[in-house]
Amino acid sequence: MSKLMKLHLKVWRQKNTESAGNFEDYKVDASPDMSFLEMFDVLNEQLIETGKEPVAFDHDCREGICGMCSMVIDGRPHGPKQGVTTCQLHMRSFNDGDTITVEPWRANGFPVIKDLTVNRSAFDRIIASGGFISTNAGNAVDANSILVPKEIADEAFEAATCIGCGACVSACKNASAMLFVGAKVTQLSMLPQGKPERQSRVVAMVNQMDAEGFGACTNTGACAAECPKQIPLSVIATLNREYISAKMNGK
Amino acid sequence: MTLESKIPTGNVADKWTQYKSSIPLVNPANKRQLEIIVVGTGLAGASAAATLAEMGYKVKAFCFQDSPRRAHSIAAQGGINAAKNYQNDGDSVHRLFYDTIKGGDYRAREANVHRLAECSTSIIDQCVAQGVPFAREYGGMLSNRSFGGTQVQRTFYAAGQTGQQLLLGAYSGLERQVGLGNVKMYARHEMVEVVKIDGKARGIIARDLVSGKLERHFGHAVLLCTGGYGNVFYLSTNAMGSNVTAAWKAHKAGAYFGNPCFTQIHPTCIPVSGHYQSKLTLMSESLRNDGRIWVPTKQNDERHPNDIPEDERDYYLERRYPAFGNLVPRDIASRAAKERCDAGYGVGQSKMAVYLDFKYNMMQRYGRTEASKLNIANPDDETLTRLGKEVVKEKYGNLFDMYKQITDENPYETPMRIYPAVHYTMGGLWVDYDLMTTVPGMYALGEANFSDHGANRLGASALMQGLADGYFVIPITIGNYLNKEIHTKPMSTDHEAFVAAENAANERIKHLMGIQGTRSVESYHRELGLIMWNKCGMARSEKGLKEAIAEIQALRADFYKNVRIPGSINEFNPELDKAGRVADFLELGELMCVDALDRNESCGGHFREEFQTEEGEALRDDENYMYVSAWESKGDSWELHKEELKYENIKIQQRSYK
Repeated sequence: MSKLMKLHLKVWRQKNTESAGNFEDYKVDASPDMSFLEMFDVLNEQLIETGKEPVAFDHDCREGICGMCSMVIDGRPHGPKQGVTTCQLHMRSFNDGDTITVEPWRANGFPVIKDLTVNRSAFDRIIASGGFISTNAGNAVDANSILVPKEIADEAFEAATCIGCGACVSACKNASAMLFVGAKVTQLSMLPQGKPERQSRVVAMVNQMDAEGFGACTNTGACAAECPKQIPLSVIATLNREYISAKMNGK
Repeated sequence: MTLESKIPTGNVADKWTQYKSSIPLVNPANKRQLEIIVVGTGLAGASAAATLAEMGYKVKAFCFQDSPRRAHSIAAQGGINAAKNYQNDGDSVHRLFYDTIKGGDYRAREANVHRLAECSTSIIDQCVAQGVPFAREYGGMLSNRSFGGTQVQRTFYAAGQTGQQLLLGAYSGLERQVGLGNVKMYARHEMVEVVKIDGKARGIIARDLVSGKLERHFGHAVLLCTGGYGNVFYLSTNAMGSNVTAAWKAHKAGAYFGNPCFTQIHPTCIPVSGHYQSKLTLMSESLRNDGRIWVPTKQNDERHPNDIPEDERDYYLERRYPAFGNLVPRDIASRAAKERCDAGYGVGQSKMAVYLDFKYNMMQRYGRTEASKLNIANPDDETLTRLGKEVVKEKYGNLFDMYKQITDENPYETPMRIYPAVHYTMGGLWVDYDLMTTVPGMYALGEANFSDHGANRLGASALMQGLADGYFVIPITIGNYLNKEIHTKPMSTDHEAFVAAENAANERIKHLMGIQGTRSVESYHRELGLIMWNKCGMARSEKGLKEAIAEIQALRADFYKNVRIPGSINEFNPELDKAGRVADFLELGELMCVDALDRNESCGGHFREEFQTEEGEALRDDENYMYVSAWESKGDSWELHKEELKYENIKIQQRSYK
């Protein structure tokens, strides 16, 4: 097994939504083959053994697909590597002796619940406002009767790979959710099945996004740069186009 | 109590159609007065909650994650089966039915499996209508690939993230109903108790994981769609939060547990690399379409895989099972990998791994086709590799990236190292044909029930079952119960049964918090996992299982003396949540061993070393064990009930993939 790395962590601790938080310093020995979250497991075991409270952080699948993990590592959502979630980030991306700062997502739309855990239910409410195709089970026609050109299917799929983690919001200086909303709008407006509702959908989702307190887009592109699924910035262009066209149609 | 599976009479191919057309209905006005609780929002839960709400029922849905979209169905990779026969390769409902029964080693119910095969085609239609972006061919039609245990191409997919796309489809349907006010969603909530009134399930006690408070919720019926219990092994491909708690509480409240020992060990996972490891990552079975599995012909061969010449490689699956080759079912592929590693042919640092190699198909299958499309005559190896790599990337790109991220090795150049890991549990709550457990009004759907996969599940069939149960089965069969409940008014949660259930949950939580010992919850979970893996894993024996039972009992006793849970009850406290789940795993683990000990045969994923053929294949005992084990909780012990399995449409034989 590879040599252990000695790390110095500065971790955001906050008891609950109402209380003020602060950074605490910890020392951890980690193997380069560990994932970042496994390094946190080691830290938490250490804290529990010494009678202290472990750090609360969200995580579940640990294979980069559920979108639950959410840490800002040295100022970057999901850490230094491109196209990788926190759970898939490995300690080999760091050096022995490093000091690593770990914070929660920071945005008005994502209040802190405890330590590194935030409330992202705003994203669910945005989907509930229109991020779907209105079809009931039993309505469908035979799948191959709807032909979708491969390029369209591939592009819709690319947008649909969004995991809803919120890194885009966290990375944005305006805490804008337009990459998230743009991804869903792009997926559904490109596919023939999604066209009937494309105008009402985009307006409803943008209204809800605004109501949740997310900011506007100023084309900085930090969202796409930090997105662990590499959703392209072009989905925001599509979102804008869809929105303007819907508005011009009086929606 | 005798087990009544309530399988309709008639020809297996007509049962479901006839049953559907004769089942009592609930009229739309009455549906609006009936409340249904759905626990879990994976494929089964989200599709059931959405569909029931579409029909007019009032639904409350619960999940422990921060959003219903994060249920672990999201991580399913390879695909979903459906008997569409779009490839014109001889597929049919009957063939899917037959493959599933045979794949399950003749331990699944014929009627349920046939219904599953019938529903499979509608699932694909439904998902496409929702905007699920399945992979397509250039003509715009849907694309298919093969999975293990079949000789047709019936698997629909969306790159290596089919589960994600299907779940997001079901989730969008669920959120639509949330927006319409037909579903009330409770995220970060865990079910901790069932409430029964006059013998019927009438609600649940749920714990708000943010505030720690217990809540009472009434329902005319309760649906458990809470997934499998593979995390009893600690290391598995399940999500960290996947647990048996809801199903276990139901079991303690009277629901029988079916075939608990039937566990699926998936052959292609990234091997364990260190003691700190928290979970194992699957590499989709779809990779076996194009990946060839091999080990060196020499023991302890230390050479780099690319330096081992072709004639010194043992493609052991192709050698042992020529008819199915690398696409044998999972139980068989897993055992074969274990056999090679145990015999000293394993590779990698731990020697507990085999190679999954894409080079041949990348060059010869895809490289050649692409070269031909580009009119390149006599392409050299470099061209073939370059062209083939693009195709492989499109099919499996996210899986290859994931592999590289975890192991720091490039699978486009070096074969993957893989080893079996716990992935799925075929066992689960016993249900009848309506998916109702032995507690009236309480249902189990998807992986949480035992019903469709026998002793071994075929690849790409879990997604199919979850969605069949949620979109097409429960919306019909629940009418059979609820039509008799239209006069039942919603009950007050001040009812004594709610009070008693809440008190029980409260006492249990207080007890756990009060122990204040010295060991972390995690350390107990790890230890339990090791016992289960070593003695109730890929190979089991009477001696090992007896030892395991004693060890689990001792570990459980120690847990209640020495566990330390930091923090307090009425706050966000993930350690406390985990403690409750591990406490339940410490009971379930024992039942799994008890069940494995009872079943004196080998079948599917259940391999008892004492019962094998000369060639090392599973040796079934149909005369004595052709039954579903349904275990009734009796406090500290269990009573076995048997549901005899009858095969009227499929001829039972020794399973062969040679």
